[in-house]
Amino acid sequence: MSELLVNPLFLASAVPFAVAVAILCGLPKRWSVRLAYLGFGVPAMLALWCWANFPAEAGAGYAFTVRGSTGLEGFGISLALGLNGISLPLFVMAGLVGLAAGLYAIRSTAERLKLYLMLLLFMQAGLMGVFASMDVFFLYFFHELALIPTFLMVGIWGGRDRNYAAMKMTVYLTAGAMLSLLGLIAIYVKSGSNTFDLPTLRAALAAQPLAATTQKYAFALLLAGLGILVSLWPLHTWAPLGYGAAPSSAAMLHAGVLKKFGLYTLIQVAIPLLPEAARAHGQVIAWLALGNVLVVGLVTVAQRDLKQLVGYSSVMHMGYAFLGLACFTAAGTGGVVMLMVAHGYSAALLFLLTTSIHQRTQTLDLAEMGGLAQRTPVLAAFFVAATLAGIGLPGFANFWGELGIFVALWKFSPWFCAAAVAGVVISAIYGLRAVARVFFGPTTPALNNAMAANPPADLGWGERLPALILLVMLLLIGFWPKSISDTLNAALTAAPARVAATR
Amino acid sequence: MPTDLLPLVEQAGRNQWLAIAPELMLGLIALLLLVLELVLPKAQRGLIPGIAIVSQIAVLVALIINLSTPYIGAGPTFNGLLQHTGGGQFLRIFFLLASILTCVLGTVSLPRQRMPHIEFYHILLVVTAAMMLLAQANHFVMLFVALETVTVGLYILVSYYRDNPLTLEAGLKYLIMGALSSGILLFGITLLYGAVGAVPDADGRLHTGFEYQTLARFLATHPGNFLASAGIVLVLAGVAFKIGAFPFQIWVADVYQGAPTPVTAFLAVASKAAGFAVLLPLALEVFPSYASLVIPILSAMAAATILFGNIAALTQFNVKRLIGLSGVAHAGYLLLGVIAGFSQPQAVGAVYFYLFAYLLASFAVFGVMTQLGGSDDATQDMDHYGDLARERPFLAAVLAIGLGSLAGIPPLAGFMGKLVIFTAAFKAGHYGLLLVAITGVVLSIYYYFGWIKAACFPTNPDPATPVANTRGPVHRGLGLALGLLAIASVLLGFYQGALGRWLLGL
Repeated sequence: MSELLVNPLFLASAVPFAVAVAILCGLPKRWSVRLAYLGFGVPAMLALWCWANFPAEAGAGYAFTVRGSTGLEGFGISLALGLNGISLPLFVMAGLVGLAAGLYAIRSTAERLKLYLMLLLFMQAGLMGVFASMDVFFLYFFHELALIPTFLMVGIWGGRDRNYAAMKMTVYLTAGAMLSLLGLIAIYVKSGSNTFDLPTLRAALAAQPLAATTQKYAFALLLAGLGILVSLWPLHTWAPLGYGAAPSSAAMLHAGVLKKFGLYTLIQVAIPLLPEAARAHGQVIAWLALGNVLVVGLVTVAQRDLKQLVGYSSVMHMGYAFLGLACFTAAGTGGVVMLMVAHGYSAALLFLLTTSIHQRTQTLDLAEMGGLAQRTPVLAAFFVAATLAGIGLPGFANFWGELGIFVALWKFSPWFCAAAVAGVVISAIYGLRAVARVFFGPTTPALNNAMAANPPADLGWGERLPALILLVMLLLIGFWPKSISDTLNAALTAAPARVAATR
Repeated sequence: MPTDLLPLVEQAGRNQWLAIAPELMLGLIALLLLVLELVLPKAQRGLIPGIAIVSQIAVLVALIINLSTPYIGAGPTFNGLLQHTGGGQFLRIFFLLASILTCVLGTVSLPRQRMPHIEFYHILLVVTAAMMLLAQANHFVMLFVALETVTVGLYILVSYYRDNPLTLEAGLKYLIMGALSSGILLFGITLLYGAVGAVPDADGRLHTGFEYQTLARFLATHPGNFLASAGIVLVLAGVAFKIGAFPFQIWVADVYQGAPTPVTAFLAVASKAAGFAVLLPLALEVFPSYASLVIPILSAMAAATILFGNIAALTQFNVKRLIGLSGVAHAGYLLLGVIAGFSQPQAVGAVYFYLFAYLLASFAVFGVMTQLGGSDDATQDMDHYGDLARERPFLAAVLAIGLGSLAGIPPLAGFMGKLVIFTAAFKAGHYGLLLVAITGVVLSIYYYFGWIKAACFPTNPDPATPVANTRGPVHRGLGLALGLLAIASVLLGFYQGALGRWLLGL
């Protein structure tokens, strides 16, 4: 127990959780807000500390490991935390996006702020746990811990259609979670090692791979379940609806961080443990992912509501991630992780800025907006930067992710690569069109009247600071990708070697 | 059969009364309550429910302190009527806990009715003692007598608020269905008894099919006996009535709706668990040699129960009917655990764990229902819960935790219960049933979440409107119990600790 209390990974999850419980127990509002800074700040600081101190010699192994017991050893479940090269950048991303979302929420005008912060803190606790778990069961468990507050936040603070959106999201995501749970149980039971511990499972299945049919069913379950969670076409319909209704910080955390759980589980669990079935599903994944890139991409172009547009574009970008996975090469998977990290920052930034725009224009309809850049130049600059990052312009983190994926995809199939590159054009169309509609061109009379009555202020520090955190990370990784790619490489080049050895 | 009295007298001299001390104490407390009502002056009769609760807690503490009695695993006592096991110890604690919580609900619900109070607690204690004996039964006569004590007590409790027509309807339905199921069960027992006949042991003493061990030995040596098969099917049908499994679930919705809310809670939790207390030893220790007959029956029942319960609950707006039908679905998940128990001994512990999580969550929900129910507690719709989160955030939080745990949402105890049952079922290879169960869980999200939505999501879009606060303050004792239940549901989801190790090791 004392070992747990000095472990940075455990504390990164425990501190926000403890603060949330304190608020739940009836802390006064002033103290709730003060402690919330702590609850969001500590995980971010710990994540940065882990990043700075990650041992280079860790290779494919785990660092900062710690283990604890919860009393279910009979079912192979025990708390095991640790970071490897794949989870490290995501852990850092979870910490920083959480900090940005938390700061934005603290300075927001949401009613029932205490409850809002409490749910966000529970979510943050889950998010930090997801990427720090070495135990497959706890990986799932932390994901669900973070997922439940999302439903409540959509239902309580949601915008248009919140009731329908919350219900649809809940049913879809529960179905996805249940299917993936079944897949994880299948791996646990069939591996015969009687543990959910990921390193042990990897060693056991590398020595004795599962039978082909078992692999096939387990992987199909995981792909269907995780596919719903990551909004893989055609199971994506909950996502734009949910994000459209979700309050800003919840959308930032869910679209930015939590949704990466599905891809992360595929990379860390499903593909290394079920290599043959994964390869057999490569074509299926690639075709469905193309649905995300092209079909959802075109749907995004047709959106008239800014928040829906941002939601759809986030679904679309998940298509690139699946395309990269379908290659089953270190370069492709590395590109996927880079894109996951980059998309985490850029999607969160876009959702934050969209809410800021909405507060100033009181509308999200693209047809009713225009000319905002003259009045709020800083907001415009941030939004342009976030859009360019989303498109994948060099200099932003997303570029490296997409580049890695496209290079890997060319070897997989030049046709898929060409279709994926066409997707970049699509995202440029809707991205730049949104920038043009919102910030440039003439102001509509209705908007003019609204803004004359209530002149919009430019981005204040309460909004600027979280946006800056996200933008700095996008640029940092964009100009210095080595900051995350070194550890990532070490982990990935070791993993496929083992896959190759089992074939 | 020649009756030789002397050996029986000798046997009686060796009865170990200490083995059933908790049950005896409950019986004495029940009698004491009636005496107190006669003796105490009118002003002090209000103390009697408190005395009932405190004395039961004392018995519970004593039971927990003496958890590992020397009788466990030491063979049958009372001339083969009872057998004491670790699982039996858990069920005793379980029933006692359910009884205490029902008493707490009763202290809130009963004063709203113009009814005598004390008999309620008296009957409840007797029923609880009978359930605790039922959990340790090792003999069909013991089983039947204990079961009838339970059922007859429940007939009265179900129709306790007798001036409410819906309650009377519920009482009548429960009486008819209960009598029918007892008849079916008895017929099954008779067939089994007849199939076995009298078997002499090495000492020349005659044993009958009433005894579990004798019956198990007979079944093991006589595979495919038609009479025994028919008996097994009828016994299973009789038990299925008690747990509300398909196709014997028809009484559930009406009875749950009409019965007083505390009694509904007791029916949903303790009575269902009593069914499993009967089913577990019968299925896994007596009938295993007829597994090829029992497993298909239970499997079909489990699948149909899960689907029926969840689909029927989808359309309900009356919360008592809803929770009744969702309880049917829970019986299905538990049956899945029993089926897995045939090849996975771990599954029994999983069923116990699930039952415990179900108790915590159900009483949390029923507690909120009791608090919010008016004098007519058969009509409580989801609309009654509008804006609960703004008016009574505590109740809304408890309700959300309880319903979330019932739905099996992590990180609550109910999720761990489902996880251990599903894992055991997966190990046992029941993939088809698991898919059904997963479907059921997803369906159940719709109505559980709909209820949470009704209570927690704001109905009034204008936040400036002052809170109406039409709901009275929370009863203090009930509030304490609800808080403890909610905390336990959450804690048990994160950390199962010694309890998890004990239950899953049983």
